[in-house]
Amino acid sequence: MTPHLQPRTTALSRRSFLVTLGGAGIAVAFASAPALLLAPEVAQAAAGGLVPNAWVTIAPDGTISLVSPAAEMGQGVKTALPLLIAEDMDADWSKVRVVQAPSDAERYGNPGFYGIQLTGGSETVRGYYQLLRLAGAQTRKVLLAIAAAQLGVPVGELTTEPGRVVHAGSGRALSYGEIAATGSLPDPLPQATEADLKPASQWRYIGRHDVDRVDVPSKVNGTAQFGIDVDLPDMLHGVVLRPPVPGERPERIDDAAAKAVKGVTRIVTLAYGVGIIGESTDAVRRAREALVVSWSNSSRVRTYDSASLAQAYREVGRDLAQPGVPARAEGIAPAAIAGATRVIVADYLTDLVHHATLEPMNATALVTGDTVEVWAPTQGPTATQRFAAEAAGTSPDKVKVHTTLIGGGFGRRAEDDFITDAVLLAKEVEGQPVKVVWSREDDVRHGKYRPLAAQHVEVGVDGAGNIVGWRHRVVADSIFARTMPEMFKGDGGLDTVVTDGTTFNYRVPAHLVEYIRQDSGRDVGFWRAVGYGQNNFGVECMIDEVAAARGVDPVALRLELLNGQPRAQKVIEAVAAMADWKRPREDRALGLAYTDAFGGHCAEVAEVSLDRESGEIRLHEVWCVVDPGVAIQPRNIEAQVAGAILFGISHALYEQINIVAGEVQETNFDTYRLLRMSEMPRIHVEVTPTPENKPAGIGEVGLPPIGPAIANAVARLTGGVRLRHYPFLPERVKAALAG
Amino acid sequence: MTAFSINGRAVQVAAEPDTPLLWVIRDELKLTGTKYGCGIALCGACTVHIDGEPMRACQTPLDMVAGRQVTTIEGLSADSSHPLQKAWIAEQVPQCGYCQSGQIMQAAGLLASNPRPSREEIVAHMDGNLCRCGTYDRIIRAVERAAQES
Repeated sequence: MTPHLQPRTTALSRRSFLVTLGGAGIAVAFASAPALLLAPEVAQAAAGGLVPNAWVTIAPDGTISLVSPAAEMGQGVKTALPLLIAEDMDADWSKVRVVQAPSDAERYGNPGFYGIQLTGGSETVRGYYQLLRLAGAQTRKVLLAIAAAQLGVPVGELTTEPGRVVHAGSGRALSYGEIAATGSLPDPLPQATEADLKPASQWRYIGRHDVDRVDVPSKVNGTAQFGIDVDLPDMLHGVVLRPPVPGERPERIDDAAAKAVKGVTRIVTLAYGVGIIGESTDAVRRAREALVVSWSNSSRVRTYDSASLAQAYREVGRDLAQPGVPARAEGIAPAAIAGATRVIVADYLTDLVHHATLEPMNATALVTGDTVEVWAPTQGPTATQRFAAEAAGTSPDKVKVHTTLIGGGFGRRAEDDFITDAVLLAKEVEGQPVKVVWSREDDVRHGKYRPLAAQHVEVGVDGAGNIVGWRHRVVADSIFARTMPEMFKGDGGLDTVVTDGTTFNYRVPAHLVEYIRQDSGRDVGFWRAVGYGQNNFGVECMIDEVAAARGVDPVALRLELLNGQPRAQKVIEAVAAMADWKRPREDRALGLAYTDAFGGHCAEVAEVSLDRESGEIRLHEVWCVVDPGVAIQPRNIEAQVAGAILFGISHALYEQINIVAGEVQETNFDTYRLLRMSEMPRIHVEVTPTPENKPAGIGEVGLPPIGPAIANAVARLTGGVRLRHYPFLPERVKAALAG
Repeated sequence: MTAFSINGRAVQVAAEPDTPLLWVIRDELKLTGTKYGCGIALCGACTVHIDGEPMRACQTPLDMVAGRQVTTIEGLSADSSHPLQKAWIAEQVPQCGYCQSGQIMQAAGLLASNPRPSREEIVAHMDGNLCRCGTYDRIIRAVERAAQES
C-alpha cells in the first residue's frame, strides 16, 4: 500500500519562519497573510477586515473569524483551538466565528506533529497550544499598537477587555471592530513571545465550564454538514464493489444487468474492484447488487485466518529465542528474571477490532484537467492531497481538500482508500463531481483494523516480592511499516505506535520491551488509542498479577512503583477514594487500572459481577479520575473520557473481527456488536486539572485502562481467574472459569 | 409518482416504489439531517417520524409513506426550539454528532407518548440507537431535562 503519513520535511523547515526558538522561549514570526495568498474560505472572512496573521480576521462590525486547522470528529477541537487564540487576543467569544482551514500545511500544519495537517494521536491541542496562544497574543499587540496611534497615547497605558482596547486614563475605548474599520497594520508587525501570554490567573475562557462547543447547535437540527452530506451541482453518485479478499482483482465482469438499472451512467473497472457511477445512491446500489464479478484467486492474504494467527502469534511471543527490536532496554531484564525467586508469566491476546465510525467511509471528488478538488471527512488533509494526486496522476499542490465535519474518525479517516475511490471515479467523468459512499458492509469488511496482537509478559520478583526485571514482548503486524515507512526504517524496524504503552512510567530496575514484527500481508491501522489500547491490557493486568502473587493491594503496589510521580499517584488515590476501594461488595468486585497515555494521567475502577452459568460479565459502575494538565474545556474532557470508557468497554467485551480464509466474517451491526445504551454502566468521571502542566491529549486517554480494570475486577471476584484475551466473550470467560 | 408530506410540505417523488425512504429524503429532497448508518435498522441514525411514530427510514420503502406525514429532524422545529433540541444543547450531548438527529427523533417519539419517562423507560426506548462516541449518559440526561422543562 501507499506509504503516506510520513512527515513533510519541507513543511518542517518552512515552519521555522513561523515558529522559531528565541531567547525568551518560543517566539513566533507572524506575517500578515496577503489576501491573495489566502484560501477562499479564509479570504472571504478577511475581505475588508484586519488580518494580523493567517489565523485571525477582524471585521469592521466586530466579527472575529478564527481559523481552526484541525478536523472536528467529535473531540471538540473546532472549539478548543480557536478558544486558545481568543483567550490571548482577549476576543469577545460571542463574536467569534470559526473557519475551517483549507489544506495548507505550510500555514496550518501542526507544529507538534510533523508540521502536517493530520488530526490524530491526541496530538492536536498539544501540538497547537503554544502556537495558537501566541497568535492570539500577537493579534492583541497589533490591536494595541493601532489603538495607541488612533488615541494618541502610549501603548503602555492601554489594556484590553473582551473585544475592546481601553484607555483607563481618559476613559476612552475602541472596540476591535472600530480598530479594524479604520486601522492598518503597523510596520513592522508586532511579534509575540511567551512573555506576552496571559498568566492562568487572567484566563477568561480556558478552563471554564460554561463555554459551549461551537458545533453543537448544528448537530441538533440537521444542519451539520458531514462528508456524506456534500451536495454539488451536477454531482453524480458512486459505489465500488471490492473483492471479498483484499488483493484480488476483477477477472470477468458481467455488467449487463447493472448497466440496465435506470440512472446508471458508467461501470468502471478498477485495479482493486469495480466502480459504478450513476444519478442517485439508490441507482448505484441497485446496480451493484446486479453486478456479477469473478475475482482472481492469487491474493497473499487468501490464507489469512485470524483465530489460528492469534495462537501462532502467542507462540512467537513465548519463544524467547525469536529476537525482537527493543523499544526499551534498561538494565538486563532477562538476567534479572533468570535470577529471580519467582517469575510470573502471562500471555495476552487482542483480536482485530474495527472503527465502526457511524458515518461510513465516503468522499466527493471533482477532477478537472490536472486539478482535483476533494470534499471529505478526512483526518489528514495533507495526506489526502497526496492520495488524490496519486489517483489522479497529478501533483499534491494541484489538489485542494475541503475538510468536512467527521462522523467519527478514530484513526480510520487517516487512510487513503475512500479518497482514492472518489478520485478514480471522478476521473472517469471529468468536470462532474462524484460522491462515493461506502455501505456499512463495505465499511465493516474492508476496514483497517487494529492489529491482532499477542503480548508475552514475564516479571521476576525477589524473595521480598519486589520486581527485579520486567520483559514485555509485543507480537503484531506493523502499522507504521505501511503508513510511515521512513520513520519505521529510521527506528530500526520498531513500530513505536504498536508498542505504545509498553514503555510505562512504573519504576522497575530492569525493563526490556521487544517488538517482534509479523507480516501477514493484511493492512492494519490506527484505532482509537492504538498501541495503548492493547498494551495497557498486558501491563495493568500483570501489575495486578504481581500484586496478587505478593499478597499486596494492587493500589498500594502501583503507588509504590510510581514513587516520586505525584500526578500519577494522585489520580490513583483519588479514584480509589471515589470508588470506596476498600469496601467489599456482595457478589461484586472492583478492579483498577492506570495509564499515562498521551501526556495525561488516568485511573479507572470498574465494579463487576459475573453470571457464571452464561459467562457474561456485568459492569455496574465505573469511576475515573483524569489529570489532563491544563484543561481547556473541562466539560468536554469529561465527555471525551466518558465516551472513551464506553468505547473501551465495547471493545473489551464485544468487538471482534474474524477473518476466515482471507474473508471478513462480520458485515454489519448484527455481527459486529457495539455497546448499546442498556449495556452502559453508571460512569463517574472527575477531571482534576493541573494548569501548571501542558495540556494532555484527551480524546483517547480514557480508553486503555477500562479493559484491564474489568479483567482485574473479575480476577478479584473469582479468586484469581485471569481473562487474557480481548474481547471477554462469554465462552472465553467460561473457559477461564473452568481453568 | 408517490405523494406524501414531508415537514408539512406536499411532495411528489418519481423514485421506484421500493426505494428506501432514506435515500429519497437525502438525495431527492436534500434533507441531509437524516443519516445513513447501517441500512438494516440496527443503528437508528435514519430515524424519522411517520404520522408521528419514530421509524427507520432505511427500512421504509417509499410507497409505504404514500399519503402519510413524514417529519425529519429539519421539521422537528423551525428554530431548534423543541425541548429536546434545547436540552441537547444545554447538556452538550453531541460529540461527532452523526447519530444525534436519529437520537433526537427517537426521543421525541417517547416524549410524545410518555411525557415523564423513567430512566429505565428512556433506556428501553433508546436502546436501538447506537452512538459510537459514547454519549449515552448525556442523552439520558437531556431526555430527562426535556421532560422536566416541557
